[in-house]
Amino acid sequence: MTELFLKGHRACAGCGSVLALRYVLEALGKDVIVVNATGCMEIISSQYPESNWGVPYVHCLFENTASVATGVSRALKHLDKEGTVVVIGGDGASYDIGFGAVSGAMERNEDILYVCYDNEAYANTGLQRSGATPFGSATTTTPSEMGGKGEWKKNLTFIAAAHAVPYAAAASVAFLPDLQAKLKKAKQKKGFRLVNVHAPCTVGWKINPVKAVEVARKAVECGLWNLFEIDDGKFKLSRPVGEAPVAEYLKMQGRFKHLTPKQVETIEEHARSVKPELEKLEKANVNFQRFL
Amino acid sequence: MTEKIMEGSIAVAHAVARCSPDVVAAFPITPSTHIPQELSRIQPEYGFEFVPVEAEFSAISAVFGASAAGGRAFTATSSQGLLLMHEVLFAASGTRLPMVMVVANRAISAPLSIWNDWQDSISQRDAGWIQLYCKNSQETVDATIQAFKITEEARIPVMVCFDGFYLTHEISPIDVPEKKEIDAYAPKGKRDSLDVGDPKSFGCYATPAYYQDMKKEQDDALFASAGIIEKHAGKFAEKFGRPQFAFIEEYKNDKDAAIISMGSLAEEAELVADEGLAGVVRVKCFRPFPRDALKKALQGKKRVVILEKDVSFGFGGALATEVKSLLFEAGLAPEVTSIICGLGGKDVSVKNIKEALQEKGSAWM
Repeated sequence: MTELFLKGHRACAGCGSVLALRYVLEALGKDVIVVNATGCMEIISSQYPESNWGVPYVHCLFENTASVATGVSRALKHLDKEGTVVVIGGDGASYDIGFGAVSGAMERNEDILYVCYDNEAYANTGLQRSGATPFGSATTTTPSEMGGKGEWKKNLTFIAAAHAVPYAAAASVAFLPDLQAKLKKAKQKKGFRLVNVHAPCTVGWKINPVKAVEVARKAVECGLWNLFEIDDGKFKLSRPVGEAPVAEYLKMQGRFKHLTPKQVETIEEHARSVKPELEKLEKANVNFQRFL
Repeated sequence: MTEKIMEGSIAVAHAVARCSPDVVAAFPITPSTHIPQELSRIQPEYGFEFVPVEAEFSAISAVFGASAAGGRAFTATSSQGLLLMHEVLFAASGTRLPMVMVVANRAISAPLSIWNDWQDSISQRDAGWIQLYCKNSQETVDATIQAFKITEEARIPVMVCFDGFYLTHEISPIDVPEKKEIDAYAPKGKRDSLDVGDPKSFGCYATPAYYQDMKKEQDDALFASAGIIEKHAGKFAEKFGRPQFAFIEEYKNDKDAAIISMGSLAEEAELVADEGLAGVVRVKCFRPFPRDALKKALQGKKRVVILEKDVSFGFGGALATEVKSLLFEAGLAPEVTSIICGLGGKDVSVKNIKEALQEKGSAWM
């Protein structure tokens, strides 16, 4: 592969997000400008005087990346400069602290391809709970002593769709051809595009570093992370919703080790309830862009 | 030079448009609102990108991005809006990106007040921006045009401050130079920017081995920007035929006593100087602080009275603090009075300024 994310980065062994990033850049090619939020992918790649970025790159802060990208995109347009503006932000930057800016950029339909790497916690600061942390997961602020997180995760992809953006997709680092196809499709479009990539954090999820892809695949196979796209408002599953028992996924990860059988049952029921709803949504041929 | 009767904010908006910005991003906040409103109205005529963002935090962030991409970028704000931008101000100056922001000075909550004082921009004193405080709308127009030259040469963001309502909404005869004249004075140059043909990384992470050195470079650059500010004030005066004050303005400063102030309050103090009670030394450039010019202006003074519309809670006025520091540095020992006044739009009359001359130590009025 043509590596645009160069060797020598400082990420943890087996990092799912770095794997995603390498394939994101490969799919998008050289004519992109990356705007990166503060977080793991930033801190491991931009330590002065080195940089792992083979494409133009700018980092500003944690919570304003969609707005910085807005400025980059508008300036490129006015200056007639080339390049697809690509945001790389984690779930902390995208689902939570930077969400206002993300929503604003979506509403204005800024010409930005926003790639969120969702590792389901504030990994860079030491694995605290985020709005993307799943129910039951232990984090350093929802410790196992508390029973893990008591709330379900947000669905950023549907939130994007509710803004009637031209393209919003959920992808996974375990399904690289699907991830790259979505990125390539998104790149051809104008306006705000979201590709939300599920990417295990081996440290935070407490998994064997060689198992990141396997764990990510299992999340999809048991229906806890579903691959779909909402293209010009039309919802389409990228593969059938998985039906494997969630216990297979949960037991692979230390962050769920403390779960009681009751909690596992709750997650199982939740996963099973998602499938018919997503199938109904697809069958109904609902147009998300008509909700506005 | 053609003067037209117009509102301060409208004049500033036209000056900005004629500086050919690539991107203007803003969020409305009183009393700065007329600037982006007018810019949006005249956008079709000038063709810049106008981004009506969802918060001031995003306005300054979009300006950051536009600047990183090589664009000339502008925003305007006031008060809470400027405070909301606080974090980005440091990122912008630390990344050494050129940009211009006009601040319509307004008080800070709580209690809520939409009226004028300088607490908003004085609270950004340490953010590494050049700060210019203007005495009237004409000076604000002129400073805004110069600011684009200054920021692009110094690679330090510039904040042009003018008093909310007193100046933003004041209607007076103002000359806004024509676009072709500004084009000749402030043409756009080339600089390193985000470019797919030449991939560079901006906004790095620095370990202790580099961080402080970078901050020292930034501080050195802010000090060195004085020369750039002076140069462009001179070139502007030459081209447009209006005298410019780069750092300070002295008005009838030949008395034993001097009033030191900024903005429109300093212009008001000139009325007291007209009665022969004291001279006026107006600080236009608050950062970099004009140490040398002020030391010279305060030589031989027996009495210095500082009037300012801000407070560093638990100590005193910010301007008075700086002035006392430089007097000590210069071995000057006039009797110093520090007056905090005009907060949240409290009226400061000529009578008040005369009373201030009678105060000792420090006082609020």
